[in-house]
Amino acid sequence: MDVLELARWQFGIVTVYHFLFVPLTIGLTMLVALMEAIWLKTKNPDWYRLTRFFGKLMLINFAIGVATGLVQEFQFGMNWSDYSRFVGDIFGAPLAVEALLAFFLESTFLGLWIFGWDKLPRGLHNACMWIVHVGTLASSWFILAANSWMQNPVGYEFNPDTGRAELTDFAAVMFNEVQLGTFPHVIGAAYMTAGAFLVGIAAWLYHKKREQPDEQRMYKRSIRLGAWVMLLFGASVAVSGDVQGKIMTDVQPMKMAAAEALYETSDTCAPFSVLTIGTRDGTEEKWALEIPCLLSFLATGHFDQKVEGINDLREQYVETYGQDPGASYYSAGDYVPNIPVTYWTFRWMMGLGVAAAFGGALILWLTRKGRTPGGRWFPVLAISIPVMAVLANSMGWIFTEMGRQPWVVFGLLTTENGVSPGVGAGEVWLSMGSFTALYAVLAVVEIGLLARVVKKGADPFVEPPEPSLSGGGKDDDQDSDQPLTFAY
Amino acid sequence: MELTTIWFCLIAILWVGYFVLEGFDFGVGMLLPVLAKNNRERRVLINTIGPVWDGNEVWLLTAGGATFAAFPEWYATLFSGFYVPLLLILLALIVRGVAFEYRHQRPGATWAGWWDRAVIVGSYVPAFLWGVAFANIVHGVPIDADKEFTGTVFTLLNPYALLGGLVTLSLFWTHGAMFLALKTDGEIRARARAMAVRSGVVAAVLAVVFLVLTQVDTGDAWSLAMFVIAAVALVAGIAAAATAREGWAFVGTFITIALAVGGLFVALFPDVMPSTTDAAYSLTVTNAAATDYTLKIMTIVACIFTPIVICYQAWTYWVFRKRIAVHHIPEEELEGAH
Ligand code: HDD
Ligand code: HEM
Ligand code: HEM
Repeated sequence: MDVLELARWQFGIVTVYHFLFVPLTIGLTMLVALMEAIWLKTKNPDWYRLTRFFGKLMLINFAIGVATGLVQEFQFGMNWSDYSRFVGDIFGAPLAVEALLAFFLESTFLGLWIFGWDKLPRGLHNACMWIVHVGTLASSWFILAANSWMQNPVGYEFNPDTGRAELTDFAAVMFNEVQLGTFPHVIGAAYMTAGAFLVGIAAWLYHKKREQPDEQRMYKRSIRLGAWVMLLFGASVAVSGDVQGKIMTDVQPMKMAAAEALYETSDTCAPFSVLTIGTRDGTEEKWALEIPCLLSFLATGHFDQKVEGINDLREQYVETYGQDPGASYYSAGDYVPNIPVTYWTFRWMMGLGVAAAFGGALILWLTRKGRTPGGRWFPVLAISIPVMAVLANSMGWIFTEMGRQPWVVFGLLTTENGVSPGVGAGEVWLSMGSFTALYAVLAVVEIGLLARVVKKGADPFVEPPEPSLSGGGKDDDQDSDQPLTFAY
Repeated sequence: MELTTIWFCLIAILWVGYFVLEGFDFGVGMLLPVLAKNNRERRVLINTIGPVWDGNEVWLLTAGGATFAAFPEWYATLFSGFYVPLLLILLALIVRGVAFEYRHQRPGATWAGWWDRAVIVGSYVPAFLWGVAFANIVHGVPIDADKEFTGTVFTLLNPYALLGGLVTLSLFWTHGAMFLALKTDGEIRARARAMAVRSGVVAAVLAVVFLVLTQVDTGDAWSLAMFVIAAVALVAGIAAAATAREGWAFVGTFITIALAVGGLFVALFPDVMPSTTDAAYSLTVTNAAATDYTLKIMTIVACIFTPIVICYQAWTYWVFRKRIAVHHIPEEELEGAH
């Protein structure tokens, strides 16, 4: 493999890995904050126990999200230095702002939340988790704005002297139309994923604690909360996804065609193919399950509108981008992304998401009025729900990013020209190998830990210590001899 | 002042913030096997930085992001050029970060033992390599007309840079000991204080040699002044530790690290990465910078949010201002911990 391929694999591996943890962090910070707030309001110990339990799971997840995020911040410089030079003026700003506005909030207030149970007044303690959640939203906003700019560059000017894209309108970058579609979709997906996590874990424990009605009552609360969050945001994901599809048809028509493997332009009423058996290079189709006219609707909002196919678009792209206005930063490629990948990831994203939502609804129904389904399949169903939701997220990203190929910045810079010229294959092998190996080990450790915590279930209720902010260096406080509640 | 100069200063401040804060985190990590005799004591050490280490690390992320935004060429050349050291630093920071969060999640000496090793290695590696990296930045490395680094890993491992690595390592070690003397109680506190004095002397010798070399190489009057004050602060810090004034001792190493790092940036200016191939190829605050428009927006954001960040981080330190001692750590859960 050459440096380009290696660097792409590496970016794909570490970024998809990072994003396994991100949706759970975004969603769980919100849900844990909500559970703590409900506890403060109702004083019901169940909610305190759930807060502590899911808080613990969230922290285990958060640790790896943070650790892998470090790599994200620096890998643009390591493997993609020409990309960094080309876009730095525009892309660097959201990244820097993300760190300043969001990462400081997240990390500082999470520390306060973890260690502050016995120090901060209850309301303030709860506020810390809400602030962490706001931090995750801010983080997502800026990083997605950066990513949306790569999908649809706006607010810039290409400077032929420096060979760089230069920022001319920051607001345009922040409120890019792609960003306005992507942000709700990604956040909705994150909430949905965390909802799925609540449902799955609680349903598993609900099943396991069949003999303990009190425990069951508590987990039932979490099933209900999770399921409703999941269904609500599942719907929001479908709506925002639909909006995104239309924007995409507009700004990256090739990606839409690739999502459907639609080779020939369809003048009216393009069908949406649910499944296709046959060769996906478009030459032959053995069997296809299609919904008539649905693609036209997805892409344009009208059932009888024209949808352009890959072959026509390729010609258009060659005409538009083939002539080389900006010297070395353009290369006339083939302009068609990897069709099997785009076609299938798009379907898996929706399919897994819908399946997860369906599973959540099923569990809600199966556990109605205190029923407990006894089958061996029930725990499997429970655990598969969050897994499916997490995978749906990965599929969405792989689709979005690979559907943009061969561009790294659409219409401006090909991926090929973004890679670091001075970095050798050996170095990229080294980094890819070590990151992948380390990440694999961490995955095993993390899953083991999660499983352990889940198996144990929520800790019994212990009255939380009265918080007090007092206490300097002297040992004269009455509470100074109490052990730290959340000590490492 | 030019916007590019302002951003050079801001990036210098971010790195200074990173080193004075995460410097003691690294020190605590390296001292883990030295100052703690058993698992409970190790937990005391880790708990002193538990609530704050992640916030401290964000200074690094912000420095990285700000470099990307304000000096894209610098970001590109630096991180693609210093590839292997950066890779090692990242791997170390990953295992270290995870270790803090996972170590206490299961009882058992084996489990904790592995994470302790991760903390220790994860602290030594960056403590040393950051020094190597900064020494190379200040001294200059081979860079060609396309602003590409043309050396290899071995170019970076020259004696001057290795000395730089030892300086950061010994300074962070001392800084960590000062911090522990301030934040713990009982035996650990006494041990930490004694260690701070001993290692402080070593750090002082190494730092003075390194700073003199740097001053001769690229320094000016300003950097000289900063280096001198840094050295004085270190000596004063050691003296304060020896006389059990722990707060002042910590302030001493704090100032030392801040001024030494700040002085390196002063010595570097107006270059950001000098080229040893040909001075004409050097990256400077002008030829590596983003456009004025980007810098202006970033300036507004930074002026509003940096003070806010500093306020709430300071507040966190205040909330967790109490000393920690062994009796604060809950009794061992059984399962073989000792
Ligand atoms: C800020 C920018 C940015 C953001 C937020 C993301 N990506 Fe991306 N992605 C890129 C910037 C980028 C890139 C720099 O543009 C890459 C590197 C190489 C390439 O082709 O594009 C890329 C490639 C890339 C690839 C490999 C595609 C290929 O090489 O063909 C995958 C699988 C992903 N990304 C997945 C993700 C995931 C799971 C993300 C969620 C966190 C994500 N991306 C966010
Ligand atoms: C490829 C681009 C990305 C970069 C450079 C990046 C960078 C980072 C960094 C450095 C951290 C660690 C912060 C800390 O220490 O607290 C982090 C964590 C995080 N990132 Fe990313 N990230 C990327 C993609 C994304 C995307 C697309 C999202 C959201 C949609 C996202 C959301 C988050 C969140 C919520 C965290 C909090 C910690 C956690 O995940 O558990 N990131 N990211
Ligand atoms: C059910 C209907 C859904 C539709 C119509 C839909 C549509 C889309 C579209 C069109 C994109 C690409 C946007 C672009 O590249 O410009 C996308 C991306 C994505 N989808 Fe979906 N999606 C659906 C469900 C889901 C579900 C259930 C999840 C996860 C739980 C999910 C997670 C994602 C993610 C993470 C991305 C990448 C980020 C982005 O560009 O927004 N989607 N989706």
